[in-house]
Amino acid sequence: MSTSIQRGIAAFKQQIDAPIASFFNSCVHCGMCAGACLFYEATNDPKYTPINKLEPMRRVWKQEYTFWGRLAKTLGISKPINDAELNEWQELLYDSCTLCGRCSLVCPVGIDLVYMIRKAREGMVASGHAPKGLKESTSRAMTIGSPMGVTLSTFKKQVQHAEDESGIKIPFDKQGADYLLLMSSAEIMEFPEFIGAMAKIFKQADVSWTFSSEAFEATNSGNQIGSSDLAAELVQRVVDAAEKLQVKNVISPECGHSYTAIRWDGPNLIGRAYKFNVIHVLELLDQLRQEGKIKLEGLDKERLTFHDPCQIVRRGGITQEPRNLINSVSSNFVEMPCSGISNWCCGGGGGVSANPDADELRLKAFAIKKQQLDSAGAKKLVTSCSNCRNMLEDGIEEYEMDIEVIGLTELIADHLKE
Amino acid sequence: MTTMELLTWVRGPGMTIAIILMLFGVVVRLLEMLLLGRKKDLSVARDPASAKYGWRTVVTRSLPSFACLKTVPLTFITGYIFHVGLLIIVVFYVPHIMFIRDLTGLEWSGLPFWLIDGTTLLTMLAMLVTLWYRVWDKVRRYLSRFSDYFVWMITFLPVLTGYLLYHRQFLPYNEMMIVHIVSIQLLLISMPMTKLMHTFTFVFSRWYSGEAAGRKGVKV
Repeated sequence: MSTSIQRGIAAFKQQIDAPIASFFNSCVHCGMCAGACLFYEATNDPKYTPINKLEPMRRVWKQEYTFWGRLAKTLGISKPINDAELNEWQELLYDSCTLCGRCSLVCPVGIDLVYMIRKAREGMVASGHAPKGLKESTSRAMTIGSPMGVTLSTFKKQVQHAEDESGIKIPFDKQGADYLLLMSSAEIMEFPEFIGAMAKIFKQADVSWTFSSEAFEATNSGNQIGSSDLAAELVQRVVDAAEKLQVKNVISPECGHSYTAIRWDGPNLIGRAYKFNVIHVLELLDQLRQEGKIKLEGLDKERLTFHDPCQIVRRGGITQEPRNLINSVSSNFVEMPCSGISNWCCGGGGGVSANPDADELRLKAFAIKKQQLDSAGAKKLVTSCSNCRNMLEDGIEEYEMDIEVIGLTELIADHLKE
Repeated sequence: MTTMELLTWVRGPGMTIAIILMLFGVVVRLLEMLLLGRKKDLSVARDPASAKYGWRTVVTRSLPSFACLKTVPLTFITGYIFHVGLLIIVVFYVPHIMFIRDLTGLEWSGLPFWLIDGTTLLTMLAMLVTLWYRVWDKVRRYLSRFSDYFVWMITFLPVLTGYLLYHRQFLPYNEMMIVHIVSIQLLLISMPMTKLMHTFTFVFSRWYSGEAAGRKGVKV
């Protein structure tokens, strides 16, 4: 057995806990999870059935943590997993899973497949079977501080542009601010209007806030590739900066996976609770709206619909807030079919967008989103995740569709009462 | 050993041995699962009383839900029929109640024979369709191992032999009774060794999922 596979098995073993054992014990191979998976639905290939993606981990569980499995392994009846198999499963655990969690909703015995796939990726990283694209983005995150290679000076230049456009001074490293705002790389580089939008909203709401020059990046590549050590280091950078500035709250940007990493996984990764609260930007905006601290005017009459980012809605519990916000600036908001917690993924979450191996399959799977959008018949598509937004724009271009994609925070900023 | 002596042994000591083996096996399997433990979640829950969402999911996953999630109607319908059917047959057939009474002292009212008879037929039909679907449908065929077919057979046999016994078919009554009881014992002994463990573990898997989602404010 190679050293890499031994490391992989050790990592799988380390991840297996009582919930995972209960999930494997309960699965009766009914196959219902297939119909919930974007990639199975787009291809009709049974290898994409979510529970099949966990076959290597199931075998490790069985051989290491069950009486009968251990017996079979001792007698040489069952073989340990090997490099060739893990290589084959790379596509299944990375290219064809966005950690969207739709499969976890449908399982009759309640198997949380996403919980397992995230953990199975630890075994893949340890055994050297993570995709090249994700390895590179993770490496950039660790060395430069951002998966897209955004440096502090680049970020500051984008902030400067936002200041010039809005005429609002944007605070950096303000000690004792109420809120520390994090950003995702995609927001900084591709949708920098988010920065100006936040500045305008916070000015009107008179919110005490700041950026940190030590930790501005919220994207957590360690979480996406499946390396708790690296994920913990990325979270720690934010925690250190937030605690140094003694802020009361940290705002997760729109980016869904950033939210999962900093809000839900972060304390578990670093092994302790935070000394601050974490709030998603949409939760904060809706709260400010309800408190009357932001005043909105004008209703958009054009038919618009909302794409639910998986990590914010299905895996994050923020379902109503975006709808409240949209309804406060639109008179023609329509839900797409399967909206809310059952919505289909954009196809690029969970590290898929950083993995060029997955591009072809991802764009094929976009056909499902296209169907949803066609049914909604909207002219504008609002979303609240920069990664979703990128993926949606990519798919819309590929399928030559005529629909404009806009970020929810920017939409709100556009409707602020002057 | 005469047929009568064999029947007496199978009904008495044989059944006791099977039940003890089953219980011992199930306890071992549950312990090897639960002793793996679960780390305390250090993130701040939206609702700290998240255990209730676990129990909620234990119940709600038995109900048809999520209209937009493509569920396979055949798996859904046959799954309901044979699970409910098995429960009715085991718990509400008068001779079964009498058998359980002799074993435990507990007693309750049964259902009329004609209803049990119809339920048995429907259960067998649903199970046959399930088997056909497992072989015919490419996803189920792809996922299925020998153990999946074995589990089907070991569950089907007690229903079939019970039906034949009641209708005095195939074998004389006492012989058929022996076959029926042995098939039940095989089912019991297989529980901790096979996927039939889901009979016990489904409560845990649903609870873990429901609790984890509930603390994030998502009702699954």
